[in-house]
Amino acid sequence: MNNQLILDQVTVKYGAMAAVSDATFSLAEGEIGCLLGPSGCGKTTLLRAIAGFESVSTGSISLHGEFISTPKHTKAPEDRAVGMVFQDFALFPHLNVNKNIGFGLNNLSGKEKNLRITEMLELVGLASVAERFPHELSGGQRQRIALARALAPNPQILLLDEPFSNLDAELRTQLAAEVRSLLKKNKVTALMVTHDQDEAFAMADKIALLNAGNVVQVDTPYKLYHKPGSLFAADFIGKGAVINVGIDAAGLLGNNLGSLSLNTLPEDFGNTVKLLVRPDDIAYDDTSDTKLEIVSKSFLGPNYLYELALNDGQLVPCLTHSHVDIAVGDELPVQFDLRHVVIFNSD
Amino acid sequence: MPSLNSTGQPTGHGWRTSLLIVTAIIALPMLVIFASLLLPFSTAWQHLFETVLTDYVTNSLILMIGVGVGTLLLGVSAAWLTGMCDFPGRKILSWAFLLPMAMPAYIIAYTYTGILDFSGPIQSLLRGIFDWQYGDYYFPQVRSLSGAICMLSLVLYPYVYMLVRVAFIEQSTAVLEASRNLGKRPWETLFQVAIPMARPAIVAGVSLALMETLADYGTVAYFGVNAFTTGIFRTWYGLGDLTTAAQLCAFLMLFVFALILAERWSRQRLRFHHDSAQKKMARMQLKGWRATLALSIGILIVSLGFIIPAGQLALWAATRLQENFNGDFLSLLFNSFALASLASLCCLIIAIFLAYTKRVFNSRLELGAVGVASLGYAVPGTVIAVGVLIPIAWLDNQIDFLSKAWFNYPTGLLLSSTIGILVFAYVIRFLSVALNTVDSGLTAIKPSIDESARSLGATPARVLSRVHLPILRTSLLTALLLVFVEVLKELPTTLILRPFNFNTLAVRTYELASDERLIDAALPALAIVIIGLLPVLLITKSILNERSTNE
Repeated sequence: MNNQLILDQVTVKYGAMAAVSDATFSLAEGEIGCLLGPSGCGKTTLLRAIAGFESVSTGSISLHGEFISTPKHTKAPEDRAVGMVFQDFALFPHLNVNKNIGFGLNNLSGKEKNLRITEMLELVGLASVAERFPHELSGGQRQRIALARALAPNPQILLLDEPFSNLDAELRTQLAAEVRSLLKKNKVTALMVTHDQDEAFAMADKIALLNAGNVVQVDTPYKLYHKPGSLFAADFIGKGAVINVGIDAAGLLGNNLGSLSLNTLPEDFGNTVKLLVRPDDIAYDDTSDTKLEIVSKSFLGPNYLYELALNDGQLVPCLTHSHVDIAVGDELPVQFDLRHVVIFNSD
Repeated sequence: MPSLNSTGQPTGHGWRTSLLIVTAIIALPMLVIFASLLLPFSTAWQHLFETVLTDYVTNSLILMIGVGVGTLLLGVSAAWLTGMCDFPGRKILSWAFLLPMAMPAYIIAYTYTGILDFSGPIQSLLRGIFDWQYGDYYFPQVRSLSGAICMLSLVLYPYVYMLVRVAFIEQSTAVLEASRNLGKRPWETLFQVAIPMARPAIVAGVSLALMETLADYGTVAYFGVNAFTTGIFRTWYGLGDLTTAAQLCAFLMLFVFALILAERWSRQRLRFHHDSAQKKMARMQLKGWRATLALSIGILIVSLGFIIPAGQLALWAATRLQENFNGDFLSLLFNSFALASLASLCCLIIAIFLAYTKRVFNSRLELGAVGVASLGYAVPGTVIAVGVLIPIAWLDNQIDFLSKAWFNYPTGLLLSSTIGILVFAYVIRFLSVALNTVDSGLTAIKPSIDESARSLGATPARVLSRVHLPILRTSLLTALLLVFVEVLKELPTTLILRPFNFNTLAVRTYELASDERLIDAALPALAIVIIGLLPVLLITKSILNERSTNE
């Protein structure tokens, strides 16, 4: 597969401060990528550098085999075949939907332009609002029109900046799935930015996790969740607790947690390891002798999420059916299932 | 504040009645003007039709088109430079662009006449350099229709500048970036996105500038341009025909209403253009010759609109300071200040009454009444003066008639040409200035603040004295100052309604200038300009605040 977008050791500076350093990332044609990270991690800066609104101070960005950003030259935003859906959609308030979508179609004749606009409106399923103005649209409609406008000039890559953050939670998941299938069906290469892992998981083939201006891990959603490469990734993605546990040479863990098979352990593990315990790594078991004190619990509808105290006081999560209803302060009988647990060297 | 019962609901119909009475009195002159259309058209109309009416209409239209284009070009350029770009000197320019507001049009008009006429410094210099004689060369005539367009544009563009600058600054950067992203160059983005999005602000600003243009009497009269306002003056003073003057006023009001509609419409549209959360400033950095060009354009506009005329006035005033700074000048100052203080106090009291009534009752009747009461800003002073004059003259005649019949004593014109009538006319014209300020101050006090004060045990009177007044203090002072300065500058209303031999700074300036005593007129003119700088400082302060929150 050809790489449509390549970021090679990109650094973007605001004055003396580097917002992004040494970011490397690539997307194949038709792939949907995501830059995920907490606010202020530099993900939006990186997206703006790809769109041409920020210059790079080292490294390079190339699109479809052409260098579009190098420290020496930043191709103007209007000369890049990059489409962008802005966080607040940035629809032109003085133009109706038709004209918004047609805005970027400079090289088409009137007739071709109208055809393309109609095509785009049908693509996002909003042919009925063609004559309306942005303020007459709902949030979800605005989002789809912004998408249609960005896709109309047939860009080589589509950038989406927090595309769902301005919508209510219910609409968000529904639209994320819709947008993904629309992009996939039309083989659009896309890169979105979000701080919301659920959105990232719902949309992306490939996620770059950013922290403090650095790309810390690039992986599929599955691997990012189950094989986090760092404590930061483990902490940021999904629910879970990182605990320090003593371990002996045979792999027997302290705190009555059982043992780990030696081939899953790093080669030079010491006297303690750090374990990432996800809520589904500890299972409720009526027959178990291992009982842990319940520190708090929250009702999630189908499930209860319990917070349990190990013997030494460290807290771990446990997910049960919501019919397992035991009071805070009492004990919960549990079984440890350490087959998928993530192990970090303690340092 | 209206009395409230224990649950906080307003009681008593007294407030509503007094609201309606106040509104009716304020609306009376306007009603009189329109009622004049029902009276038979006198033979003077025949004369007007045959001679000058076409002139009045075409000249006023050309004036509006010219000033519209002029203020648009100057105002939008200034707003673009200081709102969207960055270059050395931008911060100073962003408030310096407001300075021409301090310069009434009739003052800049006569100052430029002095600078540019045959014996003025420019032509003398040219003759000196090239050794020309009279008639050897072409020099544009300031005292002309196009001269009036230039003068009015130079001092009225700040209306456009202020509104458009805010519109530019509040435009979402994302929208401008979206345009670049969709393949438009910066200039295409300016003309296809930024300016069209600012269109409501542009229309509102130009409408305000055109209202001032229609209201202008001093400039057109001094330049000898036959416009509506000069026509009304001539009909009244020349032909002594008040009814025809009122009918002319009514026709002038047709233009005014078109502008009011344009302004209101565009202010409504403005709402739709603010839906962006992102307001991060990303000014276009100008470097090298672009920065020099931007700064030069800015300096040119401010120099023409303020620095050159104000400097010339200061020079003139200084040359005759010893002769002219005398008791007469001090009594002019005293008259003007007393009149302006009285009028601004009256405006403030009525504005507080209206704003509170609107706040407490807040139904369609009150909103409508307040809307009617605040229409005066759009009505030319000449029209208001004629509208006031007619009912007062009628009242005077009735009193005179009755007095003669009952006491055999002629009272003459008892009310006409008194300070009270002049103040009444000012209140109608400038009430909206005070009302807008008080109203926006009061709107900032959310009802929940009243409710929390009441729940903490404060009586309504205590809420007013301990909560509202301290919060409103700045708004009230601002309202006083704004009306004060407007009254000080107002020329046509004062000319028509002032008591015999009662002079103000504005009237004296105009009279001296009309008598070609330009240098003697400089001292009162300069006084008006200096006092006119006060509101400019106020607006500058708010611009500085906006800067500290935005940058």
